[in-house]
Amino acid sequence: MSSYDDAVVGVPDLEVLASEQYDEFVASHADVDPDNDQPRRFQKITAATALEGSLSIAGGLAIALLMRTLLHWQGLMSTFVFAYVATLVLGTVLLRSVYGMLAARDRVMTSLIWSVGLLACCLLAWLLGFVLLKGVSKLSWTFFVDDLGKTSALNKGGGMRHAIIGTVQQVGIATIASVPIAVMTAVYLNEVQGRIAPLVRFIIDAMSGLPSVVAGLLVYAIWILSLGNGFSGFACSMALVILMLPTVTRTAEEILRTVPGHLREASLALGATRWRTVSRVVLPTARSGLLTAVILGIARAAGETAPAALTAFGSSTTNVNPFTEPQANLPLTVYQLIRSGNKQQLERAYAGACVLILLVLVAFTLARIISIRGEKTRR
Amino acid sequence: MSALPGPLADPSVNVNLLDEPRRPDELRSLGDRIYTGTATASATVSLVIVGMTFIFLLWQSKGVFKIVSPWEFLTKSSWNAGNQSFGVGGLIIGTFLIAIIGLAVAAPVAIGMALFINEYAPRRLRAVLTSVVDLLAAIPSLIFGFWGFFALMPRAAPIARFISEHFSAIPLFRVAEGTPDFKQSGFVAGLVVGIMIIPIITSVSRDVMSQVPRELCEGALALGGTRWGMIREVVLPFGRSGIVGASLLGLGRALGETIAVALIISFEDQANWHVLEKGAGAVAALIVTRFGEASGAERSGLIAAGLALFAVTFAVNYVSRRVVARTAKDWAVR
Repeated sequence: MSSYDDAVVGVPDLEVLASEQYDEFVASHADVDPDNDQPRRFQKITAATALEGSLSIAGGLAIALLMRTLLHWQGLMSTFVFAYVATLVLGTVLLRSVYGMLAARDRVMTSLIWSVGLLACCLLAWLLGFVLLKGVSKLSWTFFVDDLGKTSALNKGGGMRHAIIGTVQQVGIATIASVPIAVMTAVYLNEVQGRIAPLVRFIIDAMSGLPSVVAGLLVYAIWILSLGNGFSGFACSMALVILMLPTVTRTAEEILRTVPGHLREASLALGATRWRTVSRVVLPTARSGLLTAVILGIARAAGETAPAALTAFGSSTTNVNPFTEPQANLPLTVYQLIRSGNKQQLERAYAGACVLILLVLVAFTLARIISIRGEKTRR
Repeated sequence: MSALPGPLADPSVNVNLLDEPRRPDELRSLGDRIYTGTATASATVSLVIVGMTFIFLLWQSKGVFKIVSPWEFLTKSSWNAGNQSFGVGGLIIGTFLIAIIGLAVAAPVAIGMALFINEYAPRRLRAVLTSVVDLLAAIPSLIFGFWGFFALMPRAAPIARFISEHFSAIPLFRVAEGTPDFKQSGFVAGLVVGIMIIPIITSVSRDVMSQVPRELCEGALALGGTRWGMIREVVLPFGRSGIVGASLLGLGRALGETIAVALIISFEDQANWHVLEKGAGAVAALIVTRFGEASGAERSGLIAAGLALFAVTFAVNYVSRRVVARTAKDWAVR
């Protein structure tokens, strides 16, 4: 079958049209009424499609349950997967006999792609639900005001004050350091468009794929090994800067690109200098988008574990000075608690993971609200 | 003068009385020069960081190369600080094994997701699904590892058993005799890594596929093509290099994934070809699991391992960006 034939359904050859076979063609397409030919609609659920769908699902389930009892399968997962595949195969066979291969393939692909979308939503819901439900019950007041310095691993009590302080300080320093550089880099790429712009864009792309553990190793190799400093929260901030830079730059550049060119031209035509155009026109126009980029960058940095393990190293006591001595942070502490493997520590890890995901959710929602508002005011 | 409106009221603005047209690329004021300089300096920061990564990782890994040769380091597969044996050959293979399992899971789902958002979903659902994908991208890898270990692993183990029982003809899916342990395996790690790279593959391939000239799609439909026919004959051929590039980009991310993999696998210092069974090796996992206890030559060995990982992911990313960029060129000619 050539590729042309495949895209075209039910259109007869001109010769066929001319011949007496025309009647035969009409008869074979009895569901098409030539006097009342409706345009074909996507996604129209009629009684017929519903019936065909439920028939295939019922058949698929029946086959899967039969296989399950005959072959003694354990667990629901394999039965479910098999039922799904059987439903699709059955549906193809059924639809093919009624409407022909092309329509059957179209319908089966439609259900396949819809189920992929559903699967992604279910995965996200499962993940969020699991972490939140498991963790919320373990949260308490002491979780936020106490650290693990005096609490022994096997006892109840203790909290993650030290980790929360660490996360706030490290991410704060990283944000202050990286956001101006990232925004100016984006300005360079989109407004200045200097000579090294293609190279910079390439390097930013490469950096955005940099494994986070390598960023940690880099800071370890330079700051701690070569310069002889100890583990500290500040070292972790530097690693986070390396990770935030490409994220914020790329988003910021995309946002600057959406600033209409006529605004720049109007400003330049009025005699404003380049810098005034950027600082008074371009950046204010892009403000909400830039804020979104920064918040998403913060969310990413707050969840990074691997670089913290190599630079901040972690601690069980509160260290409010990010510049000396090892410091904890939230993801690293959760990781170390899971690793320790005992039940009491695991409960703390559940609570920590819950706080971490709440943090990400809040940041994400905030970013969404700001960007939606920004779009509205610009119109 | 002060009656002048707007920027002219500002005394720092140089009002040109001769009224010559000013060229936009002419850098007159000091402010402009400072601005261009700052922007250029900021842009060079990233160049410096990447340059330093290579130089310092190379320099600080020299300690391990006094013990083993670089070739031995890259090909031997054993890691033991006790008898000073450092080799990441097996770990590199193990990293690729996990990443390829992840890609095999993620690519079909992500491409389906991209098609769903672009072609199938009703307008309202489209915004919701974009948010779902973005949120999935924003979730920290620690959380994925956490969920993978406690929620997914107990449910994935029966699937692994099922695969090993029914597809043992394929060598990769064979397991040892007796009572094999299906937890903490490369397969489970691959599943989790796969879920983690769905967002990046989805968003990049969606971007490319939304550039399909609309008249081509409408032409296919007007000829009586079904929607799937249109996708197969127009959207997918158009987006092919974008999809391949996006998948490679996902592979790059999967190779560098650290914490989720380290949490899930039971670490081994070599590749485990029985991917369904407990135990797997990966370079990034080696670095975080060994770092705390390591000292001296082993630490420099870990830095060398990081350098190897960096080189591999850099290469994969470079190739994928090139492939993605090709779409626009290929179709611009036609």
